[in-house]
Amino acid sequence: MSLLKVNDLKVHFPIRGGFLQRVVDQVRATDGISFEIQPGETYGLVGESGCGKTTTGRAVIGLNHVTSGEILFEGKDLAKLRGKEKRLHTRDIQMIFQDPYSSLNVRKRVLDIVAEPLRNFERMSPDEERKKVQALIERVGLNPEAIYRYPHQFSGGQRQRIGIARALTLNPKLIVADEPVSALDVSVQAQVLNFMQDIQKEFNLSYLFISHDLGVIQHLCDRMGIMYRGRLVEEGTAEEIYTNPQHLYTKRLISAIPEMDPTLRLEKTHLRQAINDEYRTGYDENFDENGRPFDLKKITETHSVSRP
Amino acid sequence: MGKTVLEIENLRTSFNIKGEYYAAVDDVSLNIHENEVLAVVGESGCGKSALALSIIGLHDLKNTKLEGQVNFKGENLLNLSRARLNKIRGKDLGMIFQDPMTALNPLATIGAQIEEPMKYHMKLSSADMKKRTLEMLRRVGIKNETRIYSQYPHELSGGMRQRVVIAIALACDPVLLLADEPTTALDVTIQAQIMDLMKELQAQMKSGILLITHDLGVVAEMADRVAVMYAGQVVELAEVTDIFANPQHPYTRSLLSSIPSNLPEGGRLHVIQGIVPALQNLERTGCRFAPRIPWIQPDEHEQNPSLHEVKPGHFVRCTCYKNFHFEEEESGEEANVLT
Repeated sequence: MSLLKVNDLKVHFPIRGGFLQRVVDQVRATDGISFEIQPGETYGLVGESGCGKTTTGRAVIGLNHVTSGEILFEGKDLAKLRGKEKRLHTRDIQMIFQDPYSSLNVRKRVLDIVAEPLRNFERMSPDEERKKVQALIERVGLNPEAIYRYPHQFSGGQRQRIGIARALTLNPKLIVADEPVSALDVSVQAQVLNFMQDIQKEFNLSYLFISHDLGVIQHLCDRMGIMYRGRLVEEGTAEEIYTNPQHLYTKRLISAIPEMDPTLRLEKTHLRQAINDEYRTGYDENFDENGRPFDLKKITETHSVSRP
Repeated sequence: MGKTVLEIENLRTSFNIKGEYYAAVDDVSLNIHENEVLAVVGESGCGKSALALSIIGLHDLKNTKLEGQVNFKGENLLNLSRARLNKIRGKDLGMIFQDPMTALNPLATIGAQIEEPMKYHMKLSSADMKKRTLEMLRRVGIKNETRIYSQYPHELSGGMRQRVVIAIALACDPVLLLADEPTTALDVTIQAQIMDLMKELQAQMKSGILLITHDLGVVAEMADRVAVMYAGQVVELAEVTDIFANPQHPYTRSLLSSIPSNLPEGGRLHVIQGIVPALQNLERTGCRFAPRIPWIQPDEHEQNPSLHEVKPGHFVRCTCYKNFHFEEEESGEEANVLT
């Protein structure tokens, strides 16, 4: 059984206006998405800003209300659970946020930040709690003394590791990582990515990894989905997507990755121009009358593409 | 190679921190030629933005000390009065800022913002100005230029705004363009469009571009020459092909091996130990990168590291590049990533 199964998930936000602020329209941030994550797997969700990838991630962890569809976590629909049962399941899903500068409360010590999930879900004596937090802080490579310090005393990479320690406190099964390295320098980014891979093995974690950086996704993810206007345009293993992209939108996205060999840059520019021209002329064939992607159709066992 | 448009000589920019001055840009000398893109790369805190702001004179002079020379069109920009500088900035010296959301005035129309530098620097009738503005908008790839002309920044997407920022910088045909992280705030597809646009415009205008970025992908796509900066100094300067095919300085090599897209299948990303030291804590004698490669013997470094020309046009600072190896290469096992 898959750990997480998202079934035709829709998250719509109302646009209010006119007389008495009635709902006049809907923003279809996520509009019918389905995917599965197996235990120990990393699933990447990629797309440009505004495509709904963050909304999807937030719906999985329960920060956005679900308009329709199912989010099955170990077979239970999270959107329908209430009260005690919901608490029992939500502790197994944790989140790593994008910006390590705004996701840690500046007025709390590291101890209080990392212990907050423990205080919500478990009864521990202050002493046990401190030991547990110190062990975690050491695991993420910081000095155990660091628990008495405040977030501003750390660098960006260290802060992100404090955020990861907080996500790990309850031994979750799934971590939703929303652009966890976008705000970091390349060398610090490497540090955090390596670390995420290490703890994945150690704790048998699954990741839902949300990013716009195709290089990072390729490095980290087993399978991935490309999003456009709230829907998936293509889904498959990372290798299939990068070596054999089928949908025009995916091709366009992949051609936008900067060429790392300076001698090939002219060819890359021409390739991009050709794909952009094709994208402009072929828009109607690749998207429906509202400009949204069609439903996914399987082309191999693991690879699906949006086709009319 | 064309003639030199900008000559930076021994530039030192120091900031006042609690009563003492610390150099963020420390003895940097660089030249930019006509029709050339010189990229300055490095992590945050290595002094690349401080360098750009020193050239265009945007530092707060109460707390900043500028030494050395920045020669542009026969004048040292560092010695000019504000009035004289204002005659050059926006005309011969254009700047593209990082964040198109904050670089534009939300209360002025796009047309008015592109016309502003023309008003100061060119004697044009308002009809000619409008004509030129529409022409600029077309050149940066905006198709419905007459509509955009009278729109406000909030009505445009991020990529469109960055095109407008570029149009403003190009409005008076600058000889030199400073671009500080021009694509960092943009999506990948938009980034690709802006990079292609800048390459195309540069080919037409033949101006020099100083490109400040931390993204080596952008460097590989745009630059002709590359200066790698670390802790305020240029540690390696070379043609772009040499930087990627034959990097010499340990810092350059470390940066290149920490990018995911550069990695062979299943490999592990390289992590540079430690962090860029804060200005006050920076050890200013000896090789500044030495604390981050502690497995290299002290006698591999120079006492007073200088730039060595390893081949014509390719400069490397310090002697530690000669016998440099990554830590894991020597020990044959993975380095501890978290120390």
